[in-house]
Amino acid sequence: MKSGSNLEKVLTAGHFAFTGELGPPRGTDADEVRKKASHLKGMVDAVNITDNQTAVVRMASWAASIIILQEGLEPNYQMVCRDRNRLAMQSDILGAYAHGIRNMLCLSGDHQKFGDHPQAKGVFDIDSMQLIGMVKRMRDEGKFLGGTEISHPPKIFIGAAANPFADPFEWRVHRLAKKIKAGVDFIQTQCIYNMEKFRTWVKQSNDMGLTEKVYLLAGVTPMKSVGMAKYMKNNVPGMDVPDELIKRLQGVDKKMQADEGIKIACEQIDEFKQMKGVAGVHLMAIEWEHKVPEIAERAKMLPRPIV
Amino acid sequence: MIVAKRKPFDEIKSLLKGYGKVLNVGCGTCVAVCLAGGEKEVAVLNAELDMARRLEDNPVEMGAITVERQCDMEYLEVLDSMVNEYDALLSMACGAGIQFLAERYPEKPVLPAVDTTFIGVNRAVGWYEERCRSCSSCVLGLTGGICPVTMCAKGLYNGPCGGTNKGSCEIDKNQPCAWYMIYERLKAQNRLDCIMEITPPSDWQNQVPRTVIQPGYKKPEKV
Repeated sequence: MKSGSNLEKVLTAGHFAFTGELGPPRGTDADEVRKKASHLKGMVDAVNITDNQTAVVRMASWAASIIILQEGLEPNYQMVCRDRNRLAMQSDILGAYAHGIRNMLCLSGDHQKFGDHPQAKGVFDIDSMQLIGMVKRMRDEGKFLGGTEISHPPKIFIGAAANPFADPFEWRVHRLAKKIKAGVDFIQTQCIYNMEKFRTWVKQSNDMGLTEKVYLLAGVTPMKSVGMAKYMKNNVPGMDVPDELIKRLQGVDKKMQADEGIKIACEQIDEFKQMKGVAGVHLMAIEWEHKVPEIAERAKMLPRPIV
Repeated sequence: MIVAKRKPFDEIKSLLKGYGKVLNVGCGTCVAVCLAGGEKEVAVLNAELDMARRLEDNPVEMGAITVERQCDMEYLEVLDSMVNEYDALLSMACGAGIQFLAERYPEKPVLPAVDTTFIGVNRAVGWYEERCRSCSSCVLGLTGGICPVTMCAKGLYNGPCGGTNKGSCEIDKNQPCAWYMIYERLKAQNRLDCIMEITPPSDWQNQVPRTVIQPGYKKPEKV
């Protein structure tokens, strides 16, 4: 075991993993975190705690991670390169580990231009690839990026993101290979809507032997409405929403669109369970945490394994 | 070249408030080429200042001179006999030139008339684009001659990120994704192996004032 985290145990035992997501509040109310966490408890193997997602200031990811640890859930602590230099990143990792955080997701981060402080200086001292390598070095060599020894190195299960849909498509599999070379243990993908393209990408990854070296979790975000689908298609960079999906949502009564969105997500999850090279699903039910029990039930992801 | 743009007129006017006799010093190199602070721009700015101050019943006497380069002491000598006649100096050079002028005449207020903006290229007359952040550790040999530090909005060394959007950067549809361009160029040159390896974290060298001493030269004993 690299970290001994629940997620690592579930994956190494060969179970089909199921992770969720929780966005920390734009304020100090710990109960808001606890309330969201209550919907996820027992439903997922680990919960991603986002880090100032969309470049909007929120409660620190490590702080919200500690709250959910206290609630008996396992966090997957997200860290972006936008807001911290290598000193702050490493000290946060030490602190996070000291508090029991065992999983991390290493990300570049949305550009600050999108958020509530567009005038901020973006740090990007290191990039996501280099962050993966830094965490691996801290864990496996017991050394900081600067080369000095760490007393009691943090044993982190290292995650990263992959977007199979962004351009150039042919490069995406090589980028995955680079993240594996950097030392990533698991990958959570961008929300998948274009199944055809995803199948191609997974096949390429299988053919290159990459899925044997990394646990690949397929990203799923159920559509709540036609409006959301159109917004994702047109306004979210790197998102690939096929017209057929929008048409399918348009084909049902407005009141039933959310239900149809969940139905589509469940069909996807069914396929991922069978898909060679896919080790689990990462469910990003954005501001829809209360729906996770229903989705987990309908996708036949329950009960979660205890390893 | 170093590209600059003139400061808003009101800001310049405000900087000069309280001075009755000002020497406007242009620079004949980069800022002249990018139409921000050469001889012509000195004349235009002086005329505007002259008129504005007269309208305020607070006339200013503007002197004008444009030197070859303000970032070279040799070209500043010509000013030695002039500066004492003025209350303040206004510089239309880049930030480096302004500082050299201020260093040479430490008793005089030296005020900037331009905002130094970037190291860039001349795309068309009056149209300049940034190309270099002078990071001191050039990776252009690996990236197809396209700088990821400057041209990628996140300065990623191992891009592209997940936000690349049909060849555009996530920040703006009109901003090309640097890493998309890098990929396309290296692919066309059959050199994709250049970016297959992970580029390690940068040793940021632009965190303190840097000095370059070329081989065979040394720092002058007396400045």
